[in-house]
Amino acid sequence: MRKEFAQCIEKLAVENEKIVFLTGDLGFMALENIKNAIGDRFINVGVSEQNMISVAASLAYEGLSPICYSIAPFIVFRPAEQIRLDVCVHNLNVKIVGNGGGFGYGIMGATHHAIEDIAVLSSFQHMRCYIPFCNEDVEGVVDRMFSYSGPSYLRLGFGVKPGEMVIPPALPIRKVCEGSKITIIGLGPVLLNACEALKNFEKNTADVFVVSEVPVLELSEELQESIRKTKKLIIIEEHVKRGGLGEHIASLLMEKGISCEFIHMYVTGYVNGLYGNQVYHVEENSMDHVSIGAKIKALITA
Amino acid sequence: MELSYLEKIKQECLEDIIRQYKRVNAGHIGSSLSCVDILVYVFFSVMSKEDKMILSKGHAALSLYVVLAKAGYFDHDLLDTFYGNGTLLAAHPPCNRELNGVHFGTGSLGHGLSLAAGLAFSNTFTHKKNNVFCILSDGDCDEGSTWEAALFAGHHRLKNLVVIIDNNNLQGFGRTEEVLDIEPLVDKWKSFNFDVVVAEDGNDFQSLDTAFTSFVTSNSDRPKCIIAKTTKGSGVSYMEDKMEWHYLPMNDEQYMQALEEIKNS
Repeated sequence: MRKEFAQCIEKLAVENEKIVFLTGDLGFMALENIKNAIGDRFINVGVSEQNMISVAASLAYEGLSPICYSIAPFIVFRPAEQIRLDVCVHNLNVKIVGNGGGFGYGIMGATHHAIEDIAVLSSFQHMRCYIPFCNEDVEGVVDRMFSYSGPSYLRLGFGVKPGEMVIPPALPIRKVCEGSKITIIGLGPVLLNACEALKNFEKNTADVFVVSEVPVLELSEELQESIRKTKKLIIIEEHVKRGGLGEHIASLLMEKGISCEFIHMYVTGYVNGLYGNQVYHVEENSMDHVSIGAKIKALITA
Repeated sequence: MELSYLEKIKQECLEDIIRQYKRVNAGHIGSSLSCVDILVYVFFSVMSKEDKMILSKGHAALSLYVVLAKAGYFDHDLLDTFYGNGTLLAAHPPCNRELNGVHFGTGSLGHGLSLAAGLAFSNTFTHKKNNVFCILSDGDCDEGSTWEAALFAGHHRLKNLVVIIDNNNLQGFGRTEEVLDIEPLVDKWKSFNFDVVVAEDGNDFQSLDTAFTSFVTSNSDRPKCIIAKTTKGSGVSYMEDKMEWHYLPMNDEQYMQALEEIKNS
């Protein structure tokens, strides 16, 4: 998604001179075009994420539109207090971009993974987290993010849209697959594994919804209707259980009095203490298409 | 502005500070007294209306509130809401951009210099010409983020940024040299590409004036740092250089003595 992100930011930043792009010394082979296109509005602040966030807060205070970029764990956890206080409590228009959400940086190891980012950031005041579904979804989600003038976080990953799939224009919740036996909700590219798993089931088995904005402010009517109809729900996310999409949705369903059978598929971390690429960690956490398929089957036949 | 006039303003501010802390029976008195001279000097002798102040040591908020009220940023009567329920004037500056003259809420140390540097840096894009002032405490100098900001300010030659260190050598739970030695401060800030001058008595307007004047006559393109050698609790004899006055409220006797000493100073 980084390439798609860089392309749309380059376009936006050329059109909008208020955009100032800050990077924490990352972006090799990705951000050069933005740098060349906007000149001194591209600033490498060095490896100093805390300062980057507070400087961005002040730029936003002065009416500019700063974007802060690093890899997801570095830009979320180190400067968490600067995000909480200087950006979020002041409700300032700072856009925080983390590349490699979830296990995106694979073999780089736990230092480079971000599996608690949504929990931390979505608990901050005014913060909205934006999670594209796949590479082709980045532009629409970035546009949504720019239509919001408060604090925001863009979680970039990697995922290629299945050729036959039609992705609706970006909205907080979108249906990407039609079915009647079960409802599946997912966050980000890991949901593609569910789509892959569904190939082994009858057509029209599952209503599949992608969520690309957290906190979920409202459950769409279409989603509520689906769960009332199927009464079976799986939520999938490359994120820990606490503070993730599953808890957000479960809470909203309880508030609305909607009950259903429910399986929450989330990551727990480093189950066997060993490292590998993103696919390895996703499998280790039973979020691969085979594991998801088993859960779908179990719930359908329950 | 005549220094004698500043003395009059300072005395009125000190009385406000002592009265308000007594009214609400609160601490952080020593911290406020340590930097009130700096605030009075900067607001009444240096700053233009376009300039901005970030008080990184947010626990001295009352000192800032009193000076802002005196400088006409908001009504003096608002001070009587200090520390109460439903006030904008909390024990630390508010984070909601609602109080004129307070641009950012502060209170967690280590944020102020980055915020001030960001405001100063924004002029690159907005083409404003204002200066930004930032008061740091000794404790602020313990925070790694302060030094990230110092690197940034020096690298970008933020000549419109003036950092004033309220260097009273007392921090939360001990003397600075015993807790975490921040010396040599002059060398540190110089090595971060700041122009540095020491105000030998940061609670004296003449000393502050000499320090600030040396920058006015300079054509340097570097950010500025004034290391103001201050005394915690300055102006009230029993509070001076005593760590406990970071925390303690005054009893009736102490209150009367403090008022008396300020009036006779």
